[in-house]
Amino acid sequence: MIVLDPTDESRPAARTVGPRPDDLTGRTVGLLDIAKPRGEVFLDRLAELLAERGVTVRRYAKPTFTRPLPADLRAEIAAECDVVIEALAD
Amino acid sequence: MARRRSRGAILDTDGRGLGSVPRVTTTASTTEAPPDDGLVVVVKQDCPTCRLVAPVLGDLGATVYSQDDPAFPDGVAVRDDTGLDASTALGIDVVPTLLRREGGVETARAEGWDREAWRGLSGVADLGTDLPEWKPGCGSRTHDPEVADALLVRARGHELTARRVELAGLEDEAEALYDRGWTDGLPVVAPTLPRVLRMLAGTTREPADVVAVVPPNLVPATVEKVAVNAVLAGCRPEYLPVVLAAVEAACTPEFNAHGLLATTWGASPAVLVHGPVARRIGVNAGGNALGQGTRANSTIGRALQLVIRNVGGGRPGEVDRATLGQPGKVGLCFAEDEAGSPWEPLSVARGVPAGASAVTVFAAEGAHGVVDQISRTPSSLARSLARGLQGVGHPKLAPGFDAVLVLAPEHVAVFAEAGWDRARFTTELDALLLRPPEELARGAEGIEEGVPEPTGPRPKFRPGGLMVVVAGGGAGKFSAVLGGWVGGQGGSTPVTRVIEEA
Repeated sequence: MIVLDPTDESRPAARTVGPRPDDLTGRTVGLLDIAKPRGEVFLDRLAELLAERGVTVRRYAKPTFTRPLPADLRAEIAAECDVVIEALAD
Repeated sequence: MARRRSRGAILDTDGRGLGSVPRVTTTASTTEAPPDDGLVVVVKQDCPTCRLVAPVLGDLGATVYSQDDPAFPDGVAVRDDTGLDASTALGIDVVPTLLRREGGVETARAEGWDREAWRGLSGVADLGTDLPEWKPGCGSRTHDPEVADALLVRARGHELTARRVELAGLEDEAEALYDRGWTDGLPVVAPTLPRVLRMLAGTTREPADVVAVVPPNLVPATVEKVAVNAVLAGCRPEYLPVVLAAVEAACTPEFNAHGLLATTWGASPAVLVHGPVARRIGVNAGGNALGQGTRANSTIGRALQLVIRNVGGGRPGEVDRATLGQPGKVGLCFAEDEAGSPWEPLSVARGVPAGASAVTVFAAEGAHGVVDQISRTPSSLARSLARGLQGVGHPKLAPGFDAVLVLAPEHVAVFAEAGWDRARFTTELDALLLRPPEELARGAEGIEEGVPEPTGPRPKFRPGGLMVVVAGGGAGKFSAVLGGWVGGQGGSTPVTRVIEEA
């Protein structure tokens, strides 16, 4: 039997995460708040801990957690940071 | 004699296109095309009239095609048309057919045996003297249900561009489709080429037209791809315009199907059908409208969900992060009972011209019934319904999630008899759904959940966040609440689309 493929027919190459840095010294870490309640509590503490280690921290926030990250913000984070930590909280 | 490739030969596939109906022999592509000039007769052995005229065919000097037995009739040169290419190209409905072609164009035709007509057409004055004057023919094999699918594929299969997947002979088709990840967990109908072509006959749109860009992977979905998923879902071709409109509506930015899919909340896209198309294709708006047992209801919403799953890539456990989900996620579709409703249709209230067909796609959980068998006054019943609606999401969250209230006939009659129209009902309900801060505040009533530090009364629903629909069976003083999800800019807004071709 021959059937028609109901999918988008793309078998995307498996996505890989970037190489993991050995340490964060001298690197820029982005902290992304997805705008869920109390996400900032977690990120504020992370920012303190990273600052103690001499890491440059940049903060970002999604306008709302209910929609995908705006493409411009994604590009901005990719251009400005070596590492990103995303806070999902409630 | 000039040769011309028949339409059938040009369109013939390499055999891949025959789907599950390989009853037409593959000699089709070698059938010799009809002559541009001269007489042509098409017969089949399995036809008493063809057998009757067989002895006179040698007198005609005609090109003879046989649809079933290349050795029939005996005594004349016969061209094998078991593949039905020539019959299809000539548009044969009846056998025997005698026709004259001049310069590649048919100029005369006689169907069945008609002695005078055959004599006139052939110019053979004493043709068939021993035969009766007239005997009707038989149906052409091109109309045989066993081969109709294969002919459909041969004629239109080239319009299909979706990847063709061959299931191995020993694979059980239901298991094979499930194993490929194409189903929602229930069995699906195998999207063979004939089925998809028949589905496409339900729309006037071209198969290659892009209907929408489907989240979450933002993949353009063509009419063909939607049709393939409509076949999977079990739709009939006449449902396709509704499915296409629903896909279009669900893929708008304001509906935000990506967010609705990704949220841990369990709501999913539901389809409400408006206008004459609902009755024409049989979308149930009466008894058990929100339940099982009606094909249109069960398959239209499912087709939309399968498009999001298969084309958009939205699968549970992947982008779909629902904590619990709910049974409506297989697909939820119903219609408003516009004929039975005392009120103007919801679609008209939403700006659709009266009499037009449309769909509204909205975020919905499963239905939650509201009983009130005692209230006979509109104010009492409105209070009951407001209480039922208060529980959407959480009774202390206001504004919280959107909702749809489905009023059954016995409930809406209470309002109509008291002279309340849709607008009056909505206004009265809005007032009842304005809840005081002491009821909503976090900690109030011993419940930590609630609104943080409310300073005044708050509406349960944002403006436009509650839609009211009339549907259901004639008996039962019940209504139903379909809770939704976050409404508006930060969530999902219901989207209505007129079905242009309905």
